[in-house]
Amino acid sequence: MYIAVKGGEQAILNSWRLLAEKRRGDARHAELSLAQIREQLGLAVDRVMVEGSLYDPELAALAIKQAQGDLIEAVFLLRAYRTTLPRLGVSLPIDTGTMRLERRISAIYKDVPGGQVLGATYDYTQRLLDFQLAVANAGPPTAAQESVQSMPPAPRVTDIMGGEGLLAPETPTPGDPVPRDLTREPMEFPADRALRLQNLARGDEGFLLALGYSSQRGYGNTHPFAGEIRQGMVIVEVEPEELGFPVEIGEIEITECQMVNQFAGSASMLPQFTRGYGLTFGACERKAMAMALVDRSLRAEELGETVTAPAQMQEFVLYHSDNVEASGFVQHLKLPHYVDFQSELELVRKLRARHAAHATVSLSPSAGAEAA
Amino acid sequence: MDESPLLEVQELGYSYGTRAACAGITFDLYPGEVLAVVGESGSGKTTLLRCISGQLRPDEGRVLFQTRAGEIADVWAVSEASRRLLTRTDWGFVHQNPRDGLRTDVSAGANIGERLMAIGARRYGNIRQEATAWMYKVELDAARIDDSPQAFSGGMQQRLQISRNLVSQPRLAFMDEPTAGLDVSVQARLLDLLRGLTSDLGLSAVIVTHDLAVARLLAHRTLVMQAGRMVEAGLTDQVLDDPQHAYTQLLVSSALPA
Amino acid sequence: MAATETVEGYNFAYLDEHTKRMIRRAILKAIAIPGYQVPFGSREMPLPYGWGTGGIQVTAAVIGPDDVLKVIDQGSDDTTNAVNIRRFFARTTGVKTTERTLEATIIQTRHRIPETPLRDGQILVYQVPIPEMLRWLEPREAETRKMHALSEYGAMHVKLYEDIARHGYIAATYDYPVIVNERYLMRPSPIPKFDNPKMHMNPALQLFGAGREKRIYAVPPYTAVRSLDFEDHPFETQHWDHACELCGAADSFLDEVIMDDRGTRMFVCSDSEYCLSRREKQQPAVA
Repeated sequence: MYIAVKGGEQAILNSWRLLAEKRRGDARHAELSLAQIREQLGLAVDRVMVEGSLYDPELAALAIKQAQGDLIEAVFLLRAYRTTLPRLGVSLPIDTGTMRLERRISAIYKDVPGGQVLGATYDYTQRLLDFQLAVANAGPPTAAQESVQSMPPAPRVTDIMGGEGLLAPETPTPGDPVPRDLTREPMEFPADRALRLQNLARGDEGFLLALGYSSQRGYGNTHPFAGEIRQGMVIVEVEPEELGFPVEIGEIEITECQMVNQFAGSASMLPQFTRGYGLTFGACERKAMAMALVDRSLRAEELGETVTAPAQMQEFVLYHSDNVEASGFVQHLKLPHYVDFQSELELVRKLRARHAAHATVSLSPSAGAEAA
Repeated sequence: MDESPLLEVQELGYSYGTRAACAGITFDLYPGEVLAVVGESGSGKTTLLRCISGQLRPDEGRVLFQTRAGEIADVWAVSEASRRLLTRTDWGFVHQNPRDGLRTDVSAGANIGERLMAIGARRYGNIRQEATAWMYKVELDAARIDDSPQAFSGGMQQRLQISRNLVSQPRLAFMDEPTAGLDVSVQARLLDLLRGLTSDLGLSAVIVTHDLAVARLLAHRTLVMQAGRMVEAGLTDQVLDDPQHAYTQLLVSSALPA
Repeated sequence: MAATETVEGYNFAYLDEHTKRMIRRAILKAIAIPGYQVPFGSREMPLPYGWGTGGIQVTAAVIGPDDVLKVIDQGSDDTTNAVNIRRFFARTTGVKTTERTLEATIIQTRHRIPETPLRDGQILVYQVPIPEMLRWLEPREAETRKMHALSEYGAMHVKLYEDIARHGYIAATYDYPVIVNERYLMRPSPIPKFDNPKMHMNPALQLFGAGREKRIYAVPPYTAVRSLDFEDHPFETQHWDHACELCGAADSFLDEVIMDDRGTRMFVCSDSEYCLSRREKQQPAVA
């Protein structure tokens, strides 16, 4: 009966209980610890940290556990928590040139000062399911020959290139203004590059991957080369006002990708290479590369290129990149819409009645003229 | 014509970086006058049209327009609000591709009525009447007032675009290659219509075209552009029958055989 | 209604005071320019975007310990989303909640305006999915803001014209465009057009929050709200051939409830509290 719509409160409470049960799964198996998630599902943790805009492997692991491995839900949880955190200060810009490298490759030079460092990558695994891993307690893997921990910092490939003037320099906006903070202020168009990069860094990996890919297939081709991808640890420093000098507060792992793109030159710029930039927390190489592609595509307008493809359209890309926004709005269709639907029902009935009447009239030949 | 000019273009210039798309363009357009801007592709004629029609801010020079009230508006010095108001009341713009100038997702009637509604028309019946009248004027079947422009042929779409612009009784129309892309027979009919409309309505127009036949049929005066510069200007018959500049001579001679 | 146990570790109404001040500034600006969409630094909330994050932030910014809160979705206090949001505020503020329209000082709503007329001092907070009325005509934000700035609303009438040409009348049934204070075109959120007249000269303050789109707008008390139309095709609201089958009301928005698999239907008030209070008055014994 009509009363059936009552009892929403009880239904919600029951749903919470069911969810907790589902999350735990079969209780005969050991419960996941956060340390296990952090250590063994590290790439998931990294993705949740970068899209959640919060560097905290422990909390990201908690979010993944709470979300049953649904990474977009985990990002949402982390973001909602992040909102409540007090803002104690702002770090100094990190210097990726001083990175303690774990991986560093360049696709544009055979060798570069500091060398190519393959690091831990799936690139050259043969993607054969490894049934050894199906066996629990397989023991620790054999140690790598060369310890990558002690790699000295190496100059960025793009800095080496820049010396020849072949690569457009990246310089701060005149006056070096404090960038707007997307988590505190709404997006504004046209969005400057600092704002765009913030948005892309938080953006959904799948969305950026598809857009970057579309640009490669000809929807706004940017002729990219992977100038350099580096991943490793960088120092984070803050400079408290009362001290007046920077203090190291820790180290974070990041991945940086600099794409080098052909540029035919314009009236105001000589032909030279331009850059697309990608930066993520942790080891999110695919995301960093996709981000760099999309960043370069979004520079179309400032470089005087014609904007024709989705990846070049600021509003299209920046308004749709955020998976927390997208996921919420797509899923809000589950909410009741019966008031709107009722209005539409009435309308469709009315329209159908009119059509039916119309059809009857035009069937009678004498009334044909009036019907028109 | 002893009146003051409707449109004055003074030393207009626009550059894409260091390459000047047009430079030093100066001319006057009087009420009721049709001016053709001819030149080959890349000569800067479309850039010029965009600069004088309020779409592209020129780097140099001025564009002055005499409003209905008799005041002189400096097109690029007035507020954006006034400029946008001009573009949807006193001016019309006919695109080469009718789809650029039409709303293809609403009916022909809505297309024609839009400008009326934009300036405050609030009686549905009147808007419809006016749209019907305009369909007659541009020789469209008024029974198709509720059809989508997508169901129209290219020539019909172009006539629809013209009526959609003229419904607000603009005093100046800008046209960018209005007949290009149409079959020859359709072109002839459209040119005929345009000639009739401009003379009946006393409409002034600036028509950009690469087709000298269009200039000859429609324009009182013709301005020849080459590499962003005006190389010759004058009465159309004079310019086309007795070209003085070498480039115009070349243009005329190459156009003749066709 | 009994307050649910409040949660520890969060500020009153979840948001920190700094954020609330920022939102209140946006609200004040919105009230000063009726119908104008004020961009604001919408925060990430613990509820999903599209589920009322804008309305929740507005409510969180204006609610105080003495307020009495009512939350409705589709006119009803008892739909899961309404329950969830009411619980959220009960847990983060401890304020008294109610289902009575007359008792509430703040009413947060999705898709309806209560049938019981609002009074001075009440605040109606709307959850807004997409604040931009011109969005379907013009997808670029930079352009729509310009259209608002210059009152270029002709294209909106094109849509209405097209409806009449096609159907004989304006076919929009909800989210029906209005002009506020004879200046700004405003999207009333997806309320049925039945509710549009209630916005006009309403004694209550009407606030609109769009969280995902990061916009706040407002209709101050006693402000003119006019639904767009043509002189010869005036705005009309829906009406039903039946009255509510539970309370007999002939003046309320009715929901159609399917009773069985043979298509038997019943029409009842969408505003469940209005319906219930009418039934209580008719049969005091039931209460």
